Amino acid sequence: MEFLLNPAALGDVLASSVRLGIPIAFAALGGVFAERSGTYNIGLEGMILAGALGAAAGSFMTGSPLVGLGAGIICGVFSGLLLGVMAIHYKVNQLVAGIAINLLLVGLTAFLSRLIFGDMAGGARVEGFGTINLAFLSEIPIIGPALFSQDPLFYLLIALAVGGWFWLFRTNSGLDLRAVGENPRAADVAGVPVFPFRYTAIAVSGAIAALGGVHLVLSQVYLFAEGMSAGKGFIALAAIILGRWSPVGAVLAAFFFGFCDAMQLRLQFSNPDVPYQAFLIIPYVASLVALVGFVGKVRAPAAVGLEYDREKR
Amino acid sequence: MTAQSLQIRVLTAIILALAVGAVFITVDGSNPLEAYKVLFTESFFDYWGLSNTLVDMSPMLLAGLAVILPLRAGLFNIGGEGQIYMGGLFGALFALALPDLPGWIGIPMIFVCAAIGGGLWAAIPAYLRAYRDINEVIVTLLMNFIAIHIVSYAVAGPLLAESAPYPYSEEVSSQYRLPIMLARTDAHMGFLIGIVCAVLLYFWLRSTPSGFKLDLVGRNRQAAKYAGVNTKRQIMIAMIVGGMFAGLAGAIEVIGLKYRLFHLFSDGYGYQGIIVAFLATLNPLLAPLSAFFLAGLSAGAGTMQRAVGVEGSIIEVIEGLVVLFVAAAIVPKAIGGKEGIGAFLKMLLGRKKRQKSWNFF
Repeated sequence: MEFLLNPAALGDVLASSVRLGIPIAFAALGGVFAERSGTYNIGLEGMILAGALGAAAGSFMTGSPLVGLGAGIICGVFSGLLLGVMAIHYKVNQLVAGIAINLLLVGLTAFLSRLIFGDMAGGARVEGFGTINLAFLSEIPIIGPALFSQDPLFYLLIALAVGGWFWLFRTNSGLDLRAVGENPRAADVAGVPVFPFRYTAIAVSGAIAALGGVHLVLSQVYLFAEGMSAGKGFIALAAIILGRWSPVGAVLAAFFFGFCDAMQLRLQFSNPDVPYQAFLIIPYVASLVALVGFVGKVRAPAAVGLEYDREKR
Repeated sequence: MTAQSLQIRVLTAIILALAVGAVFITVDGSNPLEAYKVLFTESFFDYWGLSNTLVDMSPMLLAGLAVILPLRAGLFNIGGEGQIYMGGLFGALFALALPDLPGWIGIPMIFVCAAIGGGLWAAIPAYLRAYRDINEVIVTLLMNFIAIHIVSYAVAGPLLAESAPYPYSEEVSSQYRLPIMLARTDAHMGFLIGIVCAVLLYFWLRSTPSGFKLDLVGRNRQAAKYAGVNTKRQIMIAMIVGGMFAGLAGAIEVIGLKYRLFHLFSDGYGYQGIIVAFLATLNPLLAPLSAFFLAGLSAGAGTMQRAVGVEGSIIEVIEGLVVLFVAAAIVPKAIGGKEGIGAFLKMLLGRKKRQKSWNFF
């Protein structure tokens, strides 16, 4: 792994780390809002796919990536609300609902992509976003290309992460949302509208997770492929834990996972002394270790995964 | 709700899911009745199709039991997939390390090793849940991926077969292969092992003191504690035995179907086990039926696509709908009115007076 000492190669690795980490980061950020409000979003994987299909379809039909972005977000909101209706209204176990939504959306996006793109399915190229170079900042050695020469969605991600952190931890309504996830009964008694907060959080969660799919389509490969999320929604669940249920933390964890991914891709081709699977395992082991608590205290919101019923004690 | 009305609700939910699936098939330009006819005759009434269904059914059934047992004790085992991989790895290691034992001793030993592998993998989340109070859902989910990559490393490195074009191990000796039940097909005896396990699990939970204790912990942990049940111990038992079932599924895939340890050899069977468990309403005796039905759906998907021209992915849509509808149907009472989605929509439309203003800043 001597190549990490070479500034140009290191800059290369960092740039691809960020690029590989962006979809995970969006999904993880979406998951943070859902879990902070008390709902597990295991359906992130499916929501990435929903966003990807929406983005591809929107951009394919109109030729405008902005329409694609909007369509992707709408698909995400709907898949989020579907989880919300199942988990909050019907009180289906949140994990079962999430897994069912993954199954449903994997199938549905594959099915619909055939209907939308017809025979071109898998090969229909769509208009996407270019990269934005931030003037002289992108010239900075090593970190310049990684941080200041990315597509617009990267800057949106940073804004959402910082804005989300500010909302959750520095505003009244953010405090209310966290209260709903920690102790819904107390929040209810205090007059916080528990159910609207949970629905809002899950819809926002779906929209942001879908942005991960939008990024895959409009900034990475410019087409929709069946199952293109390839487990990113699951690794995002690990990023949430390592990021300690904080928007900024989750995004940073996702970039770390992106780095691991970049490393394993490099190692696969260079026939090294370190097996590349080691880098595939690191994200999960790191999250487990964080959870078990060898480094500081990591705790999930107290009421996450539990349904809230006003009529029960 | 009685058990019977529960099962009627489940059946209704399945029919509803198939009806929604029919709408999609119609949109796709095919006749849904014809598509379903092909799907079900192929997977349940055709000799070759049935054999495919039975092959898929074995791991799904055992993975289903791996969800049912822990859930009866109140634990969510999402880790079936990882436990399948560890079971397959341990079983394959034994088979490859001692290739010359006679089959009648080798096969049971492979199963024992696989159960140990799956059980050990489940013991970690079980310990963390029982003694450190760490959520088993997250831990089992994370450990799935670790197991998958460990197996991937094993078959690409130390176990890699000579001149293999793809990461897989050497073949296991022929006397370790599971007997075939339907001549000239792949249908091995794995599904029978699964059914025996399901029946044993049913009687264990129903008719023995230790099974009753376990069930009690799941129904009411506080009450169990007052009754003097060691709840931590029950949590360990439920999770580990669950992991053993999944481990068996892994070994069955290796010595029943593929005869080698493959990279990515389980195609999400661990997650499908969750569906099996819910469709069976957590009753081990119904698990074989539910696994048979779900295996038939996925086994018939390819044939349906070839014969009628319906996209095979519609099957995943139907499976997802089945789970959603069944899960919603077995909840005793859905909430409505003020607490439901209606309140949310009203809030969005601004018709409901809010109790508290949404001052974002």
